[in-house]
Amino acid sequence: MSKQEWGKSSYQERNNSNCIALRNWTLTWVLTMAIASFAPRFIWDFNTVLTIIAVLINLGVGFKMLIANRDYLRGLDEMQQKILLEAMALALGVGLVVGLGYELLEDIKLITYQPEIPHLVYIMVITYIGAVISGHRKYQ
Amino acid sequence: MKNCLKVLRAERDWTQAQLADALDVSRQTVNAIEKGKFDPSLPLAFKAARLFSLSIEDIFQDEADTM
Repeated sequence: MSKQEWGKSSYQERNNSNCIALRNWTLTWVLTMAIASFAPRFIWDFNTVLTIIAVLINLGVGFKMLIANRDYLRGLDEMQQKILLEAMALALGVGLVVGLGYELLEDIKLITYQPEIPHLVYIMVITYIGAVISGHRKYQ
Repeated sequence: MKNCLKVLRAERDWTQAQLADALDVSRQTVNAIEKGKFDPSLPLAFKAARLFSLSIEDIFQDEADTM
């Protein structure tokens, strides 16, 4: 095989295509989440039918985002899959342990405020990003 | 696990990106395998063996056997 015969690899093309699809579905999901969150209050004054439609659309788009994420993971090679799956496992474990511990803090009156789900999401996202960076460095 | 992927690639004057393309993996994965930091699965090892027309044992050696 001469160097001239090599173009952009099918792996790269597949990976880029899956990555773009995942990005688009994620952005759409965020948009539908924003609509379902704010539109009932600011646009249609809590109209039940419109709110249910907005929530169903958000769930449907969320499901498509999960499928796009599955396709993205399946399109990766075995080392990249290993890095991402290990990062997801760590984020899930940290989310479970920290989340239950955080909830306990309020129950035993060590904190006075109500624990919020977004705090748990921040912890999981930070853990996931850190684990992905660490995984890539490990195999460099 | 040790391997001679880097030597085989150099003999054919291929870059890591070209070998990655032929094996349908990322360049980072080829680099990690060459450095012995990542052990490929059996299907990927067979693919490499087919590509170089060698047996798996000719490319990959268990480090316990080479000691």
